[in-house]
Amino acid sequence: MNLTLKVWRQNGPDDRGRMVTYRVEDVSPDMSFLEMLDVLNERLILDGDDPIAFDHDCREGICGMCGMVINGVAHGEQRATTTCQLHMRHFADGATITIEPWRAAPFPVVKDLVVDRGAFDRIIQAGGFISVPAGSAPDAHSIPVKKEDADDAFDAATCIGCGACVAACPNGSASLFTAAKITHLGLLPQGQPERDARAVAMIEQMDAEGFGGCTNTGECTAVCPKGISLDTISRMNRDYLKAVK
Amino acid sequence: MTSTIERGAATAAVPRRAPVKKAPTPKAPGGRRRGPAGLLGTTNGRKAVMAVSGAVLVLFLIGHMVGNLKIFLGAGAFNDYAAWLRTVGEPALPGRTLLTVTEVLLVAAVLLHMWSAVALARRASAARPVRYAARPRRRAGGYVARTMRYGGVIILLFVVWHLLDLTFGAVNPKGAAATPYDRMVAGFDPSRWWVTAFYVLAVAMVGLHLRHGLWSAFQTLGLVRGRARRTLSAVAAASAAVLVLGFVAVPVAVMIGVVK
Amino acid sequence: MKYTIGEPIRDGKAPGGPIEDRWDRRRFSARLVNPANKRKLTVIVVGTGLAGGSAAATLGELGYRVKSFCYQDSPRRAHSIAAQGGINAAKNYRGDGDSIHRLFYDTVKGGDFRARESNVHRLAQVSVNIIDQAVAQGVPFAREYGGLLDTRSFGGAQVSRTFYARGQTGQQLLLGAYQALERQIAAGTVEMHTRHEMLDLVVSGGRARGVIVRDLVSGEIETHLADAVVLATGGYGNVFFLSTNAKGCNTTAIWRAHRRGAYFGNPCYTQIHPTCIPVSGEYQSKLTLMSESLRNDGRVWVPVRAGDERAPGDIPEDERDYYLERLYPAFGNLVPRDIASRAAKNVCDEGRGVGPGGLGVYLDFADAIGRLGRAAVEKKYGNLFEMYERITGEDPYSRPMRIYPAVHYTMGGLWVDYDLQSTIPGLFVIGEANFSDHGANRLGASALMQGLADGYFVLPTTIGDYLADGPFGAVDQADVAEALGEVTGRIGRLLSVDGTRTADSYHRELGGLMWDLCGMERTEEGLRKALERIPELREEFWANVKVPGGEEGLNQALERAGRVADFFDLAELMCLDALHRTESCGGHFRAESQTEDGEALRDDANFAYVAAWEHGGDAGPVLHKEALDYEYVTMTQRSYK
Repeated sequence: MNLTLKVWRQNGPDDRGRMVTYRVEDVSPDMSFLEMLDVLNERLILDGDDPIAFDHDCREGICGMCGMVINGVAHGEQRATTTCQLHMRHFADGATITIEPWRAAPFPVVKDLVVDRGAFDRIIQAGGFISVPAGSAPDAHSIPVKKEDADDAFDAATCIGCGACVAACPNGSASLFTAAKITHLGLLPQGQPERDARAVAMIEQMDAEGFGGCTNTGECTAVCPKGISLDTISRMNRDYLKAVK
Repeated sequence: MTSTIERGAATAAVPRRAPVKKAPTPKAPGGRRRGPAGLLGTTNGRKAVMAVSGAVLVLFLIGHMVGNLKIFLGAGAFNDYAAWLRTVGEPALPGRTLLTVTEVLLVAAVLLHMWSAVALARRASAARPVRYAARPRRRAGGYVARTMRYGGVIILLFVVWHLLDLTFGAVNPKGAAATPYDRMVAGFDPSRWWVTAFYVLAVAMVGLHLRHGLWSAFQTLGLVRGRARRTLSAVAAASAAVLVLGFVAVPVAVMIGVVK
Repeated sequence: MKYTIGEPIRDGKAPGGPIEDRWDRRRFSARLVNPANKRKLTVIVVGTGLAGGSAAATLGELGYRVKSFCYQDSPRRAHSIAAQGGINAAKNYRGDGDSIHRLFYDTVKGGDFRARESNVHRLAQVSVNIIDQAVAQGVPFAREYGGLLDTRSFGGAQVSRTFYARGQTGQQLLLGAYQALERQIAAGTVEMHTRHEMLDLVVSGGRARGVIVRDLVSGEIETHLADAVVLATGGYGNVFFLSTNAKGCNTTAIWRAHRRGAYFGNPCYTQIHPTCIPVSGEYQSKLTLMSESLRNDGRVWVPVRAGDERAPGDIPEDERDYYLERLYPAFGNLVPRDIASRAAKNVCDEGRGVGPGGLGVYLDFADAIGRLGRAAVEKKYGNLFEMYERITGEDPYSRPMRIYPAVHYTMGGLWVDYDLQSTIPGLFVIGEANFSDHGANRLGASALMQGLADGYFVLPTTIGDYLADGPFGAVDQADVAEALGEVTGRIGRLLSVDGTRTADSYHRELGGLMWDLCGMERTEEGLRKALERIPELREEFWANVKVPGGEEGLNQALERAGRVADFFDLAELMCLDALHRTESCGGHFRAESQTEDGEALRDDANFAYVAAWEHGGDAGPVLHKEALDYEYVTMTQRSYK
């Protein structure tokens, strides 16, 4: 199949950036989206052009490194799929595909499609952990956990930190990411002692990073590769209000 | 040649690159605490303000709608009800107690609702300084959610007109001296169809606002999850529809002459 | 390639005495660093996977000044995150007869008697603490209705000792370590450097004293100095180009350390996982693993007749060869990884493979669906089936899956002693980057165990013994300048070639060569051919590679070219190691050394040793042998008939 790509090119954080059009030919439908870009990049290198910079690593949908807005949708149209797991068979021959980086002030563009998601790490630093130094833990079976709670905590814990939720949110909010961690740890007995402090600190850090607020549009959960539920945001809100009241 | 810089020696002070934003130091575990930002200082706190003030306004709307519908019981019942609102509680309480309390509450709720809306909208636009070239395709089907901001502005403009028309009578053909019933009938007279049109548009906007706002408030206050959230979303749609029908019934009835 | 045999090497740190007391004895004999001194000691940790992340966090908790580095944009991305199956621990929560000794025994046996008893026993002892630590951190392991932890039996183990978090155990454990690390970053004990790649090791006064890194965003070359350096940079499976490793996984950190004096242990030991999604075309960039658990219900087969092009559904039952069930009636589809992999290769070599290029075998769930119903199969394997469909576009409910083996893990790595210290004093190596605990073959669910054992429990104790002599004073600037010069010189060379082929295309060719000649089955002839071809290809690379852009700013093509350059050197050593080890053992199968049934045949009389290779420069590598003595386990021939 033959495709036209409109790709955001930006040399560095201070460059204005622009969309550049490329034609790619003989794309196999079995290629992944990133493999299609690999092939384009190999050609660009040999032509003496600058290849398109994009983040990727595991290419099996779990590391959370990859991510682009494809035709206006974070990670593309396939539901519950990261960019690396998206395959070209879902595109029509002759299609034009627009590829842009995550757009959010707290995610400044490093180059082309690569953005800096350090804000997520700083949100975790603010309280996304249980304080337990190595070697100080009691026997694992001394803390039974209701299966339902363990399962719900797990659902929230599957977040891969890719940032699609922020990219898709019309408000540029990081609520789903933050809520997933608050929910994961808040549902477990081990997470109780720090539960209030955690919710407040993480939310304040989220604000300090410049993310927008949640208006419950649900766009985040619709693009989330792991299908993290809006329930997590509800839990975060409750934990927060309980902690500050 | 490649520039080289050296950072840190084994035993000397390690120059620390200043982080972009310093994460707050972890809090001591346990205990409720008020964050340094305080409730009104965080987006989540402001959202809670929006939810609570919105809830006050919804309660008012329900009462208002019930009152409006009394017009179908005739001019006497309607005017008596209006008068009762002014005298309820007398003589134990001074006149207009209920109305004054309601008015103060409403003004406060409206101001807080608007304040949080403006604050959140400003944050949102600051968080997305560069727009997407491809028109973002909405995946959640949240058309209603996107009407909240401009819908809110339309509703505000309407409320101003509405007060001038039917409360103060300033722009009402019958003026402030007429009975509430007469003002209502005159206000929605077929010759003033554009007033009715504006009213219907505004009520429709209120409906959309409630469609999202009702369940959203519960979500913001962390009161619903899972199946309850989906049920609540359906309840919000139904309640919004009831309120819209209840409010639209009166002007339409006047227009087609059922109430005159 | 010539090599010489050097002095035998000994692990000077392992205590003697009863095996179950050795770790306690070492913990007691290891000197402590007083808290005030810890603040004066800097430790560099490179890599933030299970081993590196947990080590950096724990060293920070202990009060050392830690500098942590990763090439990804966040420490949470390290490839440990992709581990699916689970983590072993000798908790014996099931009361099914498990014990520390049994886990120790199974691991030594599974490693085909090529691992150290002392190390493996310590691993089994520490395994129980890992589960406690992870649970306390909030790792959401699978639980039963009673609220206690669930376990399963994994990889053919006869006891149920594998703890798991659905198919994402690695992710959950890594996030636990990552959160502990972020907590220390917030506390100011760990200084995190993301998007930094280590390009060389600074050795001064006979000690590892720092690293040269490239800031991948600015392109700046930086020197970071410390009192000790810990490498936790993972395995080198990407030497094969196609593997289940992440695209960024590379050997540069350990290879540079090897060039600076760290011995490389058993480089030829690689694990090839039998159930991966086959290659679909030449553009393929990586391979995806499908959990081994699929073999519990799926039946593996190929057509009886070579070149049978019919759709799988059109091939009648009597024209199918369920070869694992035929060859290994006792274990059937559940034979160990290396055996299942090699059997798949054999049937494909006979021309009976299926799918593109004939490199695939069917994994058929028709029987399971018939027996258990589609709903039950969906409940068990739904997410795996979905993943398969996403990648291949085929529906595994109606058409058998196609699978093929892929490189998955490297048991080899830098040689370390019982303290996890390499042959360079002050250079510690943990996790997959070292060679230590898995022998010639790693058991399923043991990689996570080893990474966390090293990072949370072993290294933080043993490194103290080394640091007790610190701080080590100023580093000789000449040594720093030399390392810097080497790094900048290499980058300059890569950029100046301006040839006609990309680094990726060379990597792909090297990987193909390694897969064919140093993959599942190795022969003297093939290895000799590889040892001829690799230097030629390397020469061509350095004369004809094209790396665009400059040294400044983000240049992903330059990053890749540097990694490929080191893979050439490593590939050569792997082939040499494979050639010299004329026996078969574990993941290393020499066609010349097999039983009558075609099973791996060890040669314990001549090869019961660890091959520790010293970089010899132009004179060629020097082989140091560390003899393996077994006091507690009797060496036997594996049999799965």
